[in-house]
Amino acid sequence: MSFLTLTGIQKTYGANAVVRDFDLSVERGELVTFLGPSGCGKTTTLRMIAGFETPTEGSILIDGHDVTNLRANRRKIGMVFQAYALFPNMTVAQNIGFGLKVAGRPAAEIKARVGEMLAMIKLPQLAERYPYQLSRGQQQRVSLARALAPSPQILLLDEPLSALDARIRVSLREEIRALQRNLGITTIFVTHDQEEALSMSDRVVVMNEGAIEQVGTPSEIYNAPRTRFVASFVGTLNLLDGTIVDASAGAVDIDGQRATTRRKLNGAKPGDVLALALRPEALRLGAGGDDRNTLAGVIEDVAFLGAVVRVRVRLARAAIIVDTFNRGAGALPARGESVAVNFGADDLIPLQPN
Amino acid sequence: MTAVSATPARSVRLPNLAPWLGVAPFFLFAMMFLIVPTASLLVGAFQDHDGAFTFDNVLRLWQPSIRLSYLLSVEVSLASAFFGALIGLALALAVLRGGLPEWLRPTLMTFSGVASNFAGVPLAFAFMATLGRIGFVTILLKSVGVDIYAAGFNLFTFTGLTLTYLSFQIPLMVLVVTPAIDGVKREWGEAAEILGASRFQYWRMIVLPILWPSIMGASLLLFANAFGAIATAYALTGSFLNIVPILLYAQIRGDVLHDPNLGYALALGMLTITGLSNLAYLYLRARSDRWLK
Amino acid sequence: MKSGKFGAWLAVFVGVAYFLAPLVATFEFSLRMRRGEYSFDAYRVVFASDSFQASFLYSTVLAVVTIVVAILIVVPTAYWVQLRLPRLRGIVEFTTLLPLVIPAIVLVFGYIKLYGSSSVLPLTATTLGSDALLMFGYVGLGLPYMYRSVETALRAIDVRTLTEAAESQGAGILTILFRVILPNIRSGILSGAFLTFAIVIGEFTFASLLDRPAFGPYLQLIGASRAYEPSALAIMAFALTWACMGLILLLGGGAPNSTGKR
Repeated sequence: MSFLTLTGIQKTYGANAVVRDFDLSVERGELVTFLGPSGCGKTTTLRMIAGFETPTEGSILIDGHDVTNLRANRRKIGMVFQAYALFPNMTVAQNIGFGLKVAGRPAAEIKARVGEMLAMIKLPQLAERYPYQLSRGQQQRVSLARALAPSPQILLLDEPLSALDARIRVSLREEIRALQRNLGITTIFVTHDQEEALSMSDRVVVMNEGAIEQVGTPSEIYNAPRTRFVASFVGTLNLLDGTIVDASAGAVDIDGQRATTRRKLNGAKPGDVLALALRPEALRLGAGGDDRNTLAGVIEDVAFLGAVVRVRVRLARAAIIVDTFNRGAGALPARGESVAVNFGADDLIPLQPN
Repeated sequence: MTAVSATPARSVRLPNLAPWLGVAPFFLFAMMFLIVPTASLLVGAFQDHDGAFTFDNVLRLWQPSIRLSYLLSVEVSLASAFFGALIGLALALAVLRGGLPEWLRPTLMTFSGVASNFAGVPLAFAFMATLGRIGFVTILLKSVGVDIYAAGFNLFTFTGLTLTYLSFQIPLMVLVVTPAIDGVKREWGEAAEILGASRFQYWRMIVLPILWPSIMGASLLLFANAFGAIATAYALTGSFLNIVPILLYAQIRGDVLHDPNLGYALALGMLTITGLSNLAYLYLRARSDRWLK
Repeated sequence: MKSGKFGAWLAVFVGVAYFLAPLVATFEFSLRMRRGEYSFDAYRVVFASDSFQASFLYSTVLAVVTIVVAILIVVPTAYWVQLRLPRLRGIVEFTTLLPLVIPAIVLVFGYIKLYGSSSVLPLTATTLGSDALLMFGYVGLGLPYMYRSVETALRAIDVRTLTEAAESQGAGILTILFRVILPNIRSGILSGAFLTFAIVIGEFTFASLLDRPAFGPYLQLIGASRAYEPSALAIMAFALTWACMGLILLLGGGAPNSTGKR
């Protein structure tokens, strides 16, 4: 039974459709991420769930109730904004207790709940401080506590980590995920950072230009991207043009060399040109066995990235990027060397045309 | 190996004295035409005819006629500051946050810039033409049966002067309070809403407390502004309304107090009031900036 | 929120009415000079009057001199403070705020006391001295705006680089200031200049107490003795203020707040 259901959601400004044909069912306790570049409609959709925008068409159901036309302050939703959301004239404690205060809860109850929340975000010592005295990371944690204090049925987070330093971002996202799991609260998380999306979510909704490109678990999104956009947006990717040789056998021609894919080549005919995706980490240097594909090329560039060594290999026309683990201070492959790269037949992913 | 360039770059250092010489005219000007004249007045306020130190002048400010004068000034300034602040705030909030068309904002700002500068004698004339006995609005109201002069209104009184002052107080309020209103982040409104607050609760618990120091500060600025104003009053009510600037004017012109040192004390009193108001304004502005950063 | 918008429109309406009414009233009144019909007689009489022309000319010339002196004082100061003396910034800014705190009447009272006929530097004893005193007073009144305009303009250009480039070409300080820096902050200077002009033209307190034949005292005299001409003058003053502000906006200065001659 879906807890949050969006059906046929559209949002148009004048002639501009910012969100179209958005359908989604979110289970109770799930953490779903809306992932996409700026302007893809993810924040607009979030704001429609919150009630700050009204859908031009479509409906939003929460726990069976139609909230599409319900005002934001009646939806019992918690929200964390990207920045600046704490009330500057109130202390941390007053901020956290705000939702309960406007609901008319007794002072003793508010005090107890605020204490609980402060303990949950591990900042009890900051109760009497003002927002301008806190670091950005602390502000966002207080923001989270404030959103959760009134025990909302859904938690919305609008790029809460984007304005923070990289290091704090990582620790905070783990904290958010842990909190969310413990409380079992249905959560929607909006971000443009694919690492955040992949590491935190139960499911990811990849969006582009107002529409959903793909919905799936992080693993599905990464390993089985359905469109070129999803494949290129999530992780680094090699995009190759392959000419179909034998669709039933999965044989394709890449730059004059033969390769096989075990994935479906839906209705393609010999001679068709198809976009093929290949993850850099799926490739290995050197000739492979008979059960693997092997392509020959010349090393064009070697970049030492620390844990990963990124090698760019030039085929006849196309170039592919190979990521290999750094094996210590051994010799790195040299530029100009002829080399073979090999990969499994499952690693070659045909993409649907956009 | 690159050759060393033949001519090293000319790094002519300007003589160290130059900066100080450069700012000297400014400080000389400030001394001669801002600080020393004012200081000399302040010193004179504490002197008697022979130049000896005395508190006598300051004490004599308490005499009924002068006390009344200060009271009147305070009343006029308070009234025009209060209503100017109220109306100015309402206007600014309406245009900046009232959901009105975007073009109203630059229009209001421009107009406020001009209107806050339009004061003094021309303003007095304008109001005479509007609310004088044969003024435009007076006649207009008479034509619909409302005779304000019969009801006791008179432009050349306290009420008339206050109304006239509002012409520049309201735009001044708009200009001063706008940055503070701009500082109220939209996220606060949305956060309050999603936490369950009604619009009224949002305004009462968040916006008003945040804007309060700015509103108070701006009101003080308006107060000081009205207190020091003279040209409008002189042209409108002449010596009928014996506010402190008018009294001071008469004293400078014709020594009506028969005591120059008392005149200096008068100036000291004025300066103290405007000085303190401005100080309070600056303090409140600093405090509100800290929150709104 | 419908009710909220109605309230907002109401506030705007009241504001507009409050400011439009005096304007309309004054204009209408100024046209009433000829009995029974509307005409521009009041304006014609004013323009033809000698005292109008004389006092307007006086104030205009004074304004120009004030502006030049203000530029000569403000530009080098703002330049040096930004380039070499950043520690002086606080005290300089405080000084430029003084004219806003000290009421004009108190300031001119100070002038009369300090430079009166019985003092060490009796400027008020001579016409030229009084004119000079008036001019310096006006420089003071315009100081906050002139300084702010110039300082903003200076911050928008890279003063340090320009100076060093000019130095490396062998330019002396005066050349740098007047041939390099000044042209680049033209809009800031002009903004300050127009505001100063608006302030000087209508100023009453200083001119009256220093007994100089400026436009402000002329206006006040007309108001005390004539019926229709004052309205015509008020409209002209308003138009002039608008023109100055319009020019400032055109230069991208934005609408400043003010004090002046109230």
